Amino acid sequence: MRDGRALKDTVFVALPVLVLLAVAPFVYSNTLLLFNFVMFLTLAQGLNVIYGFTGFLPFGYVGFFGAGAYGFALAVMHLHFPPFAALAMAGIAALVLAVILTPMMRLSGAYFAIANLAAAEAVYQVISNPALEDVTRGPYGVSLSDVYAPGWSYGTALAILAATLGVVVWLRNSSFGLSLMAIREDPISAAMAGVSVVRGRVIAWLIAALIAGLSGGVFAWQVSVFYPEAAFDFSIGIFAIVFTLFGGIATLLGPVLGVLILYGIYNAIGITVPQYFQLIYGVLIVGFALFLPNGLTSLLTRRGTRVP
Amino acid sequence: MLIHALLSGFVFGLYFTLVGLGLNLIFGVMRIVNLAHGDFLMLGAFAAYWLFTLAGLHPLLSALCVFAGFLVLGIPIYYLIVPRLQQSRDSEMLSLILFFGLSQIVEALAAIGFGSGERSIPGKVLGVGSVHLFGQGLPIAWLFSGAVSAAAVFFVYLYLYHTRLGTLTRAVMVSRDEAMATGIDVHRVSAIAFGLGLALAGVSGVFAPFMFGSVTPAMGVEVNVAAFAVIVVGTLGNPVGTALGGAIYGVSLMLMQTYLGSWSNILPNLLLIAVLLVRPQGLLGRAARHA
Repeated sequence: MRDGRALKDTVFVALPVLVLLAVAPFVYSNTLLLFNFVMFLTLAQGLNVIYGFTGFLPFGYVGFFGAGAYGFALAVMHLHFPPFAALAMAGIAALVLAVILTPMMRLSGAYFAIANLAAAEAVYQVISNPALEDVTRGPYGVSLSDVYAPGWSYGTALAILAATLGVVVWLRNSSFGLSLMAIREDPISAAMAGVSVVRGRVIAWLIAALIAGLSGGVFAWQVSVFYPEAAFDFSIGIFAIVFTLFGGIATLLGPVLGVLILYGIYNAIGITVPQYFQLIYGVLIVGFALFLPNGLTSLLTRRGTRVP
Repeated sequence: MLIHALLSGFVFGLYFTLVGLGLNLIFGVMRIVNLAHGDFLMLGAFAAYWLFTLAGLHPLLSALCVFAGFLVLGIPIYYLIVPRLQQSRDSEMLSLILFFGLSQIVEALAAIGFGSGERSIPGKVLGVGSVHLFGQGLPIAWLFSGAVSAAAVFFVYLYLYHTRLGTLTRAVMVSRDEAMATGIDVHRVSAIAFGLGLALAGVSGVFAPFMFGSVTPAMGVEVNVAAFAVIVVGTLGNPVGTALGGAIYGVSLMLMQTYLGSWSNILPNLLLIAVLLVRPQGLLGRAARHA
């Protein structure tokens, strides 16, 4: 662990973001929008853990988010858990799903991405199926108004974000993170150098799933009334991917910049006609995939500057 | 009921073979995932709709127009996007993102241009009534679409295995670098394959209003998952495999719809996951896809 760098990353990137978002609710009244910023910052960094550091792109990342949201909702509805215990169940739900899906890590590249997308869809279709109405309320959505406490859930979301940023700082400055990046670049050489490829990938996968699950759980707590389409909205996962790629993968700063800039623009445009928004968003994605494939931070790293 | 499910499943299988074929060709040749495949299918469907409504054109003629039009359209799109994409560090992954963006653009433009409502072409255009096979009635529109799909698949087979360009295409599929080293104009071959992939998507779109009942600008996503299931169950770069994948997909879809109605949506996803985990190289494949 190179403590100096880790401290620098924490002080100059993670801390300002956290302080800003902790103060924001006192000056800006739209808590739900602020919560969405926290949520996307968390998800983008969670995706960064698996895609940035191992190169596996989970196209159905939202599956873990949805599993977390429903883990929270079911624990509150059926077991009458208090919010924090329910949040633990959200994390466990996502971890269980991740363990079930671990064999997918045998697949490479696009196959992994597509299989992951199919898995997220399958989980959604099971949960929203009218045949399971007694358990999950099927397509009719869940209501958790008993535990609704926006101040607490916002604070908890911030704490989850802080932990997530901590994980990324650790990955960037520890030998474990270094070994993950070695696996990403060349798994065979890494294995020959004594790095346990399977163990590294699986740990990163579980961490990424846990982050998304906790984020989904706190989302369920914050909005408290939601439909399965909202918890499994494909665009949540895609947003996380796009923000991360736009900023620059495997950095702490990149995903933060991606969320602040792109999600900021998203909210500034205002969605009067969804089709026009979809069009702008599509053009933006194609544009940066073609002209800035390594993200904003690559503009600096190309010159040899170290980006946190 | 069982025989009906099997028969209609077979006809749908032929159709889904056509749906998956273009995607398979593009992935096989260029190693890029065309997530906009379903949206090009949707464009084909709307082209057929407008050609029928405004000019009264028979779907078979529309299919020919769409084929030619999309082939011509696809080649410049290839040169705009793909060579640049292939220079990047992780082009397979980036292609997912890029074509997702493209699919958003196409979907948005279609919704702005055509409105987001459902459109359909009356099935009687392809023939009235139903054909009786083994005591089961199947709509003529389905059989017609199935037959056209079978013909299209056969032509792709002829192209790949009995023309010079097809041989070159298969060479690029096997190894892009070696093909380049032997002096094959990889970009020309790939551009034609890309155009052909889009054209096949368009042609399958022409018959989508008959097979799915109606079409909307947002239909692309669902079609994509089905197309992926078909080509993954079969084997990449192998039209025979795609036909097998299509048949398995069609028959199991119809069986699910007959016996387990509310769960039938989940089928393409489960089929995809199961095949990827148990037999990642597809049912007819040899090469592994392991990480």
